[in-house]
Amino acid sequence: MKLNRIAAVAFAALMAAGPALAELVVPSLSYRTGPYAPNGIPYADGFADYFTLLNERDGGIGGVKVRVLECETGYNTEKGVECYESTKGEGALVYHPLSTGITYQLIPKTLVDHIPVHSMGYGRTSAADGRIFKWVFNFPGTYWDAASIIVKHIKDQEGGDLNGKKLALLYHNSAYGKEPIRTLQELAKKHGYELTLLPVDHPGQEQKSQWLQIRRERPDYVIMWGWGVMNQVAIQEAANIRFPMDHFIGVWWSGSENDVLPAGDGADGYKAIAFHPPGTDAPLFADIKKYVLDAGKAAGDGSHFGEVLYNRGMYAAITVAEAIRTAQQMNNVKEITPTMMRDGLENLVIDAKRWEEIGWPGNPEIHVTCANHGGPGLGAIQQWDAKTKTWSLITPFMEADREVVDALIAEDAAAFAKENNITPRECK
Amino acid sequence: MSDQLLFSIEAAINGLMTGILYALVALGFVLIFKASEIFNYAQGVMALFAALTLVGLQKGQVPFAELINAIFGTNIHEFGWEMPTALALLLTIGVMVLFAILVERIVLRHLVNQAPIILFMATIGLAFFMEGFGDLMWGSDIKALDIGLPKGLSETVDQTTFEWFGYGFFIDRLDVAAAIVAAVLVTALVLFSQYTRIGRALRAVADDHQAALSVGISLRLIWVIVWAVAGFVALVAGAMWGAKSGVQFSLSLIALKALPVLMLGGFTSIPGAIVGGLIIGAGEKLFELWVGPLIGGATENWFAYMLALVFLVFRPQGLFGEKIIERV
Repeated sequence: MKLNRIAAVAFAALMAAGPALAELVVPSLSYRTGPYAPNGIPYADGFADYFTLLNERDGGIGGVKVRVLECETGYNTEKGVECYESTKGEGALVYHPLSTGITYQLIPKTLVDHIPVHSMGYGRTSAADGRIFKWVFNFPGTYWDAASIIVKHIKDQEGGDLNGKKLALLYHNSAYGKEPIRTLQELAKKHGYELTLLPVDHPGQEQKSQWLQIRRERPDYVIMWGWGVMNQVAIQEAANIRFPMDHFIGVWWSGSENDVLPAGDGADGYKAIAFHPPGTDAPLFADIKKYVLDAGKAAGDGSHFGEVLYNRGMYAAITVAEAIRTAQQMNNVKEITPTMMRDGLENLVIDAKRWEEIGWPGNPEIHVTCANHGGPGLGAIQQWDAKTKTWSLITPFMEADREVVDALIAEDAAAFAKENNITPRECK
Repeated sequence: MSDQLLFSIEAAINGLMTGILYALVALGFVLIFKASEIFNYAQGVMALFAALTLVGLQKGQVPFAELINAIFGTNIHEFGWEMPTALALLLTIGVMVLFAILVERIVLRHLVNQAPIILFMATIGLAFFMEGFGDLMWGSDIKALDIGLPKGLSETVDQTTFEWFGYGFFIDRLDVAAAIVAAVLVTALVLFSQYTRIGRALRAVADDHQAALSVGISLRLIWVIVWAVAGFVALVAGAMWGAKSGVQFSLSLIALKALPVLMLGGFTSIPGAIVGGLIIGAGEKLFELWVGPLIGGATENWFAYMLALVFLVFRPQGLFGEKIIERV
């Protein structure tokens, strides 16, 4: 009797330890707690919900289900690195760190672990140079692209002449916030505007000094590189001093519903750059609703569906899914390795036809190459309507000032290569 | 007057207003420290929790909605009604009193006669618990808070100063309202402490625990009262800061701004918290304005601590704190 029981247990254990079901492991370094949770939650929900849609509707990617491995970083660099270390052994295909600080820590690790990092629209800008940063990607655009597109929009508004104009950069006093300074300085030389720098200390709850200075110096435009509470306070202060909101433009991390809603009507007309359309006006969203939200399989409570940061999480998931698909086709296999994933990312093409098939037309095409890990570098300006509580694109997607931005990327990437003894790859 | 001077005066006035908001947070620390020598690390989180409760009640949010939905498979988020601000404020005060009772019952009662460092550690634990509990109860979304206070540029001040000096001063009407609220609050606290029986008992405990106990004052009741009053002060601070930036997790970080205020004003003095707040507020604005551009800006956080450290060198007990003399 005892022997029979032991045999049964051994058999059950053997069955459980049998060949594991194939799966594609995609870590999600999220932050659902802490001061930045209001931004982290919609992003993480959008990221997870897209993979749930693929699993439920299509049976995964190429017939293989995706497992999203969520790990809480609290937007803390040390915790982010811990998350990376604890999940990389599970077959992680690509990391989206969702933090410039964590990205900087993971860049050297990619050279050893050979797992690609995709810092989508954040992180180290010069990682766009694929000849030097083989394992790091930051498409569809970099901070320097964003800065130059914002300046282009301002120039368009001013009838093509910025000579003698005053621009102020209000930025989070961190590596992230300081990213656009060099580009804006170079562009100031080119276009003849005067640039004022206004740093704001973390977390940015108190900005009276900066806004008194803005009120006194009356810059023609204020550009914002903020995150978290800094954005909400800045928009409220701008409304308080009656700064014209259509002359106040944020980077794509300063342009979500979270940033404008607390200021109420005062935020009306505020602008931000975007690399994807806002809203839910596309067939993909109907599918998410049908297969994920209505089926009770959403990652969150569904209240963030269609918000800017939810859409951004979805956008990130789409790039991962399409890169997996590319890698599967390139290697003619269903299960892929991180190295194959890197190749998939480097050969990723999402053209207008493919965006149509995905169900989200209106997004700019993506063509990643060996040399260009940061393209296409396009951005459109979106504007907030406080009455309808919606964002709308008010310009087409515009190209960055490649002449200025590419030269800066080449310079910074070369400096990184020299510091780290990296010989640039040959790209055909 | 020169433009530079006028701008400095404008910055100083705005700094004083901001300083009052810092002082509001610092007051909560002072009340608890004065009565029990506990440095309450959770004061910032209490401000966040009180503001979350206020806005949650106001908007008819279902507490623990996510938890309820996850367990029972429901999809409820709101009751569907909006509560008048006055009633929501009263109920929030009730919640903070309940919180004070629970803190005394669950935490403090078991730590009587322990070293201050143990009590301090307990408040660190309490802060982390409250952060998670607040999140679970009300969610982590940013919530706009409107308690009917005016906001934005004061046209009267702008026009009057323009007529006088040819330069219109900016004063945020919310800051003016906060200053009035703070003045009323401090007056009420002073009257309460000077002219009521409980107030006298609080002062007796603050002066000497043992002596107060020997004449029959209940230390546990005093702790409940002090934590409840500190909870009320946290509610006022949370509501004022929440009206500025929306109610969100970052509100708990305003405690960091109260620390230099306490170091400057003294941990045991209510007037000290006010004066300390005013000095830090005006000082950081003027420093950022005139010295900031020379050294890269963003000086406000560290300037406050630097100023407090300089004070510590010359007056370790702060401006109004009690001098600690220990004889061997």
